[in-house]
Amino acid sequence: MDAAVADREPVSASPAGAQSAERGKMIEVSHLEKTFVTVRNERIHALSDISLSIAEREFVTIVGPSGCGKSTLLKIIAGLVPATRGSVLLAGTPVDRPRKDIGIVFQNPVLLPWRTVLDNVLLPAEVQGLPLGPARKRARELLEMVGLAGFENKYPMELSGGMQQRAGISRALVHDPKILLMDEPFGALDAMTREQMNLDLQRICLEAGKTVVLITHSIPEAVFLGDRVVVMSARPGKIARLVHVNFPRPRSIEVMGDPEFGRATSEIRRLLYGNAGPDPHFIPAGGGIS
Amino acid sequence: MSVIADNPAVVEQPTQPPNRFVLLMRTRPETVLAPALLVVLLFGWEYGVVWLNVPSYILPPPSSIVIALWRGLSEDFTSRAGYWLHAGVTLYEVLLGFFIGSGVGLLLGTIISQIRILEATLRVYIVAIQSLPKIALAPIVVLWFGFGLTSKVVIICLLTFFPLLVTSMAGFKAVDHERLELMRSLGANSWQVFWKVRLPSALPYIFAGLDMAAVFAVVGAIVGEFVGAQRGLGTLILSMNAQMDTAGTFSVFIILALLGVALNLSLRAIERRLLFWSGGSQRVIGS
Repeated sequence: MDAAVADREPVSASPAGAQSAERGKMIEVSHLEKTFVTVRNERIHALSDISLSIAEREFVTIVGPSGCGKSTLLKIIAGLVPATRGSVLLAGTPVDRPRKDIGIVFQNPVLLPWRTVLDNVLLPAEVQGLPLGPARKRARELLEMVGLAGFENKYPMELSGGMQQRAGISRALVHDPKILLMDEPFGALDAMTREQMNLDLQRICLEAGKTVVLITHSIPEAVFLGDRVVVMSARPGKIARLVHVNFPRPRSIEVMGDPEFGRATSEIRRLLYGNAGPDPHFIPAGGGIS
Repeated sequence: MSVIADNPAVVEQPTQPPNRFVLLMRTRPETVLAPALLVVLLFGWEYGVVWLNVPSYILPPPSSIVIALWRGLSEDFTSRAGYWLHAGVTLYEVLLGFFIGSGVGLLLGTIISQIRILEATLRVYIVAIQSLPKIALAPIVVLWFGFGLTSKVVIICLLTFFPLLVTSMAGFKAVDHERLELMRSLGANSWQVFWKVRLPSALPYIFAGLDMAAVFAVVGAIVGEFVGAQRGLGTLILSMNAQMDTAGTFSVFIILALLGVALNLSLRAIERRLLFWSGGSQRVIGS
């Protein structure tokens, strides 16, 4: 299957690839199938034979046309949606319900408006019955890490969209999950805020040592953030190609000007558009548009 | 007349630098115009009835209403001729009926909306009963429960129960599914989801229901007292009407209006504390 074929690597020496072989497998998706049945009893084949193995502390990004099942894949990994066939193993154990060792960042920040920023970040700790004293300390540290120190007692409505999404990232990390799943977290932000958020996210994930799966509509974002980019095709959603990105970390925004970077993005773009021309629903580059 | 003639004269002085009054007229004209309108209307009414020779049992001038109000309020707290006793009785009925009726409505609405089968089964009945004018039951309720406090409280309960039942059901139904998904992703149990997300999310709707219920509670008390009672502002209106004491009747209206405003302001105060994060219940349901 072309699904498992790793593409030629933009940088020939691949220390990241060698490392990921040594590290344990954190997420193991094998032969995953998902079929939805609509209200009118039509069957929709959303995901077809998805196999993907993600190493510990690896940063994997997923790009694909609208409706290719990216979000469904993420929700199955999170245990929010059951798979029709196939399996997902997280750190060796099968996923059959939402788990506590996962942090999720949604497309919208989904902060509760009646809670302060600090209380929003503390929500997972409260729900999971963690001791609140240490959790509060950790929440403050996380808010400082994402640049929201001093905003602990503000309410979400007093924050800008980017700040709200940062609070959402802090919330996803407060219970110290090993895995961070992000579904187009920066889709609603303007291009400049988005680049800043990419840099921040990279720093946070390097510091915290998380395994990350991030869905995005922006090809440069996928290449900038990912150790590997999963390129998906639609109807039924399957993995068209895995693209390795081996720029050393931490990557600065100048990486985007590197010829290798351009080669990687244009290759992904070609994979996505194929010969049929651009998908009208697909937002190709730069972000900030959606 | 003289007031309205003077005011524009002050505003239209072009040579004067803008004083506080002019500034107020420019920024928030309603703070001046609303009281001014009241003064104009009251003057128009006062002199209009004299000028048109309207008999005072048809429409008394505001001055005699104020006099009647003063007379009623200066009576003893226990006097049946005074307003305090009757206002107290009515207020007691309103509060008791409001709390029981809306409390039960909220409780049932909450329970029903948490259980899908229950909601689906009861929905059609709730809609059917909701569209009935409950006030029509007042005579029967008085027949069943007598002329005392109980019948009024039952009528008010009937009237306040449904707004809370319906709005709380709507509120729990309208909970943002992203918030529910967030809670699910955290592994929250139903109890946590209810207290941390569902109930706070439904609060704007519930307060819209409480606003409605507060108005209905006063209506219920007055109608209940009309149908049969020994005390209360409703009986006072009936007896004054029988004596052609129209000024007295109007002065009771003022008491009723104050009662309604007081209830509304208390609710608003609680609402402001609990719903500071929301745009206000008015935005949810235009009541």
